[in-house]
Amino acid sequence: MKWDEFFVTGEPMIYGAMVSIVVASLAILIGLTYFKKWGYLWREWLTTVDHKRIGIMYIIAALLMLFRGGVDALLMRGQLAMPDNGLLDGQHYNEIFTTHGVIMILFMAMPFIIGLMNVVVPLQIGARDVAFPRLNAVSFWLFFAGAMLFNISFVIGGSPDAGWTAYFPLASLEFSPTVGNNYYSIAIQIAGIGTLMTGVNFIATILKMRAKGMTLMKMPMFTWSVLITCVIILFAFPVLTVALALMMFDRLFGSQFFTMANGGMDMLWANLFWVWGHPEVYIVILPAFGIYSEIIATFSRKNLYGYKSMVWSMVVISLLSFLVWAHHFYTMGHGVMVNGVFSITTMAIAIPTGVKIFNWLFTMRKGRIEFTTPMLYSLAFIPIFTIGGVTGVMLAMASADYQYHNTMFLVAHFHYVLIPGTVFAVIAGFYYWFPKLFGFRLNERQGKRAFWWIIISFNVTFFPLFFLGLKGMTRRMYTYSESTGYGPLNLLASIGSVGLAIGFILLVYNIYWSFRYAPRDTTGDPWNARTLEWSTHSPIPEYNFAIEPTVTGLDPFWEAKKGGHQLYKGEIEEIHMPNNSGQPFILGIIFFFFGFFMVFSWWVPAIIAGIGVVVMLAVRSFERDHGRHIPVKEILETESRLRGEQA
Amino acid sequence: MKLDHTLPLEYRSEENSNRIFGFWLFLGAEIVLFSTLFAVYLTLWNRTGNGPSGHEIFEIGPVLIETFVLLTSSFTIGLVINSMRQGLKKPALVFFFITLLLGAVFLGVEITEFVTYVNEGATLQTSAFLSSLFVLLGTHGAHVTMGLLWGIGLMIQIGREGFTLETANKSFIFSLYWHFLDVVWIFIFSFVYLKGLM
Amino acid sequence: MKRKGLLLAVFSAFLVLLTGCNNLAVLNPKGPVAKTQSNVIIFSILVMALVLLVVYILYIFMLTKYRASKAAPDYEPPHEEGNKWLEITWIAIPVIIVAILSVVTVRSTSAVEKVPEGYEDQKPLVIYAASSNWKWHFSYPEEGIETVNYVNFPTDRPVEFRLYAYGPITSFWIPQLGGQKYAMSDMVNELNLVAEHAGSYMGKNSNFSGEGFAHMEFEALAMTPKEYDEWLEEVKTTAPELTEQEFDSLLKESHVGRKTYASTHLAFSPAPEGENAGHNHGGSEDMDMNSESGEMDHSEMDHSDMDMEQTETDNAGAADHSSHGN
Repeated sequence: MKWDEFFVTGEPMIYGAMVSIVVASLAILIGLTYFKKWGYLWREWLTTVDHKRIGIMYIIAALLMLFRGGVDALLMRGQLAMPDNGLLDGQHYNEIFTTHGVIMILFMAMPFIIGLMNVVVPLQIGARDVAFPRLNAVSFWLFFAGAMLFNISFVIGGSPDAGWTAYFPLASLEFSPTVGNNYYSIAIQIAGIGTLMTGVNFIATILKMRAKGMTLMKMPMFTWSVLITCVIILFAFPVLTVALALMMFDRLFGSQFFTMANGGMDMLWANLFWVWGHPEVYIVILPAFGIYSEIIATFSRKNLYGYKSMVWSMVVISLLSFLVWAHHFYTMGHGVMVNGVFSITTMAIAIPTGVKIFNWLFTMRKGRIEFTTPMLYSLAFIPIFTIGGVTGVMLAMASADYQYHNTMFLVAHFHYVLIPGTVFAVIAGFYYWFPKLFGFRLNERQGKRAFWWIIISFNVTFFPLFFLGLKGMTRRMYTYSESTGYGPLNLLASIGSVGLAIGFILLVYNIYWSFRYAPRDTTGDPWNARTLEWSTHSPIPEYNFAIEPTVTGLDPFWEAKKGGHQLYKGEIEEIHMPNNSGQPFILGIIFFFFGFFMVFSWWVPAIIAGIGVVVMLAVRSFERDHGRHIPVKEILETESRLRGEQA
Repeated sequence: MKLDHTLPLEYRSEENSNRIFGFWLFLGAEIVLFSTLFAVYLTLWNRTGNGPSGHEIFEIGPVLIETFVLLTSSFTIGLVINSMRQGLKKPALVFFFITLLLGAVFLGVEITEFVTYVNEGATLQTSAFLSSLFVLLGTHGAHVTMGLLWGIGLMIQIGREGFTLETANKSFIFSLYWHFLDVVWIFIFSFVYLKGLM
Repeated sequence: MKRKGLLLAVFSAFLVLLTGCNNLAVLNPKGPVAKTQSNVIIFSILVMALVLLVVYILYIFMLTKYRASKAAPDYEPPHEEGNKWLEITWIAIPVIIVAILSVVTVRSTSAVEKVPEGYEDQKPLVIYAASSNWKWHFSYPEEGIETVNYVNFPTDRPVEFRLYAYGPITSFWIPQLGGQKYAMSDMVNELNLVAEHAGSYMGKNSNFSGEGFAHMEFEALAMTPKEYDEWLEEVKTTAPELTEQEFDSLLKESHVGRKTYASTHLAFSPAPEGENAGHNHGGSEDMDMNSESGEMDHSEMDHSDMDMEQTETDNAGAADHSSHGN
C-alpha cells in the first residue's frame, strides 16, 4: 500500500481538516501537560465508573459529533445552494452525506440520549449507580472507539460512500473498492456492541435497583421511556450486529451474502438493515418523549396527564416498530398484499403517537405554563413533530410512496421527525438537567435567542424540501441543472441551514458564557421540579443520595415539597461504591486498533489486537475488586459541605 | 454487603443476583443474534449458485458425534452446579473438566468437518448458501471457543479460591451460557443438518 | 408569537401551492397511474391538514389560556389523572382515520400495480429497462430495437416496463406518469404506465447508485401512435445492429449519450427472469442441465413469439392509428 492510498489526498478541504486535527491534538496534549492535568484526566475521567461522569463524557462526545455532522450538513447545503455548483465533486458529496447520516444517528443522537440516560436514570429511581458500573464504562469506551474509528476515515483511507443505508451491491467491494465501507462495517460494529451493553445495563438497573416503594407504574416517564428503549435495543441491535458482520465477511473475506452472483441476495441486506433501522428510529425518539413528558409536567406545574396511556402507548410503539421495516422499500416490488400490510402497521403507529400528543396538550390544560428554555423546545416540538408525523402517515401509503420514495420529500419528513423528536429533546434535556450536573443554570436570555434561531431556521431549511420532493428532486443528488427549477427552493434551504448553524453557535456560546458568569444555584431544585433527581444536591455527590429514598407515589419530590411525605427515612450508613478502573479505557483503545487493522486487512496486527481483547477479558475475570466503602464520617462531611454552601 | 442466606450462594448478594439477571438479558440478545443468523440461513439455503447443496456435503456421522458430545456436556455442567450447591469442590472441578473436554471434542469434530467441506471445494466464497452455513456454524463454534477459554479461567479460579460468592456466581452464569449453546446446537441440528439431509 | 405566525404562513403557503401545483411534477400527472397517486396524495394532505388543524387549535388554546403570566398569583394547578372518555376519543378518531386511509391505500396500491383501468383489453407494449452504471438501456423485444438514455412510446397504450439492473439497485421513475420501482440484478420488476398526453417527460433513477447518480436521467417521450410508428420505422431502417461486443463496451461506460440500435441485447444477455432469475442460478447439477436446455428452448420460443407479437402489434398499431385519425 502506498502513502497516497493510505491518506486521502488531492482535496484541499481534507488537507485543511488534517492540519486542524493535528493542531487541535497538539494543543490538547500541550495544554494537558502545561496545566499538569494528565493525572486529573486519568483519575477523574478516563478511569471513572461514575454514571454521571460517563454521562457527561457521552454528551461531550455527542456535541463534538454534532459539530462534525453539522459541518457535513453545511457542506451539502453549500453544494446544493445553486445549480451546477462546483464546491464538492460527486465522490466527495457521496462520502459527506453518508457520514452525515451515520454520525448524526449513531454517533450524535444515540450517545446524547445515552448520556442523558446515564445522568438521569439512576437519580430518578433513587439508585447510587447503574447495575454494572464497570460495564457502563466499557460501553462508553467502545462507543468512543467506534466513533473515532469512523471519523478518521475521511483522512485515512477514505470515508464510506454508499449512503448511511449502505445498500448492496453498491456497498460491495466491486462497486465501492475503497476501505470506506470497511470502516462502516467495523466502526459501527464496535460502537454497536457498546450500545447493546448499555441496553442490558439499564434494563437491569431499572428493574432491579429502584427506590423502595417505586413500583413500575410509579416510575417517572423518562425512566419508563428508557426502559422501553433499552428493550428495543436488546432486540434490535443483535440484528445490526449480524448484518454488519455479514457485510464485513462479504467485503473482507469474499463471502457471497449480498453479491450479484452465486446466489447472493442484495435485498437481504436491506431487510436486515431496516429490521434494525426502523426500531433504531424509536430508540432515539422514545427517550425524547420521556424528556418532553418530564419537562412539560414540570413547567405546567401539573402531573402528567394520562400517565397509564402514556406508558401503554410507548409499549405499543415499541412493538409496532418491529413490524414496519418493509415500508422502507415498498418499491422493490413485493406486491399489493405485503405493501398493504406494512402500510397499515406503519399508519397504526400514528395512533399511540397521537395519544401522546394529546396527553401533552392536556397536561398543559389548567396548568401554569412557564416559558423557560427547556419548555420552549418542548413546546416547539409539538407542532413541528406533528408535521413530521402526518407526513409519515402520507409516506406510509404505499401507492403514494412510489412517488415520494427516495425524494427530498422523504428527507424533509425524517428531518421533521428526528430534529424536533430527538435534537430538540436532547437540547431541552440538556438545559433542564444541566444545573443538576454543574450547579448552575445556562443563561435563559441567550438560550431563548438560540432557540428562536434554531426553530425558525429549521423550518426554513426543511420545509422547502417537501416541495422539492414533489417536484421530483431525488435525495443524494450532488448537483442539478438550472432547467430543473430546483434552484430557488434549494437556495432557501441553504440559507436556513446557515441560520441553524448560527443557532447552534449561540447555544455553544451560551454554555461557555454560563460556565464563566452564570450565578450558582444553591437549592438543588432550580426549576421547582417533581422527580427524585431534584431532591439531592447540585452538583450531585458521587453516592447520589446519602440515604436511599422511599417513594409512595408518582412525582415523589413534588409530594415531599407539598408536605405529603418524607423521602429520606433512617440513618446515614456506610456506602459501598465501585472502584475506578483503567481497563475499560484500555479495552476501548485495543478495540480501536483491532478495528483499524481489520479495516486495512492487516491480519497479523489484527490478530494480536484480538488476542489483546481476550487478555483484557481474562484480566477482568481474575481481578478481585470488591469496591470501597465511604465511611459515615466522610458522608456527613460531604453533606454538610454541600448544605453549607446553601447557607 | 447485605446477604440473604436463604438463597443459594450464586444469588446471595445483590450484585450476584443483578449479574445473573443481566446475563439472562444478554442471552436474550444472543437469541436474537442467532435467530437472525437462522433467518439468513433459511433465506439463502437453496441459493447454492454453482456450489454444492447441503444434501451433497452433509454427513450424519460427525454431526451425531457433535450432538451427543454437546448434549452430554450440557448434562455435566449441570452436575458442576449440583456439586457446587452441595459445596463439593473436587467433584465440581472434575465435572467441569469433563464439560470442557467434551466441548473441545465438539470443536475438534467441527473443525474437521469444516476442513472436509473446504477440501471438497465448498468454501465461504463458493455460494450464498455456504457463506450462511459457515457463518452460522462458525458463530456457534466461536461461542464454544470463548466458552472453553472462559471455562479454563474459571476452573483456575475455583481451584484457587473454592466456591465463594464470586466464583459460584460466575460458575452459575457459565452454566447458563453453556446450556444456551446446547439449545442453539439443537436448532442447528434440526434446521441445518436434518433439513439439509432430508 | 413569531413561531406560530411563521408556521401558519408556511402552512397557508403550502395550501396555495397545492392549488397551483403545475410545477410540482408529482401533482401534475399525465397518465392514469400518476393521476391515481396524485389523488391519493391530495386526499391524504387534506385529511392530514385536518389533523394538524385540530392539534394546532388545541395547542394555541392551551398556550394562550394557561400561561403563568395570566394566572392568578395563588393559582395552584389541579392534580389530574386523565379522563377515560377523552382518551377513548383520541384513540377512536385516529383509528377511524387510519382505517379510512388503509382502505384508500390498499385500493390505490392494487390499482397502480395493475394495468390502468380502461386499458386492460389493449396489448401492452413491453419495454425492458435495464440500468448499468449511470445509464439506462431500453429494449423493445417485440419491435426488435434498443435505445439508450431515452425511451419513446405511444400515448394511450399501456406500457409494461420490465426493470432490472446490471449492478447496484436503481429505481426507475417517471414522476408525471407514475411512481417508481426498483431495478435489481437478480429479478425483474414490472411497472405498468400509460401516457395520456403526448410530451417529453423527465425520467430518472431515484435510488442512489454511486458517483454518477445525479446525472442518471433519461427522456421519456410519449408520442402519438402515428409518430411512434414513423419513429419505429426509421429506427429499423437506419439504426445499426447491437452486437454483443458493442453492448459489453456500453456496459463498461460510465455515461453515454443517446444511442439507438435495430436489435436488442436480450438475445445474448437475457433479463434475470424465469430461468435466468438470480435465485435459480446454478442449483444442483441436474437442475443446471434442465435450466440450460430450458433456456435454449425458451430463447427459440421467444423468437417465434416475438415474430407473432410483432405482427400483432403492427396490426394493433394500425388500428390505433386509424382510430386516432378519427
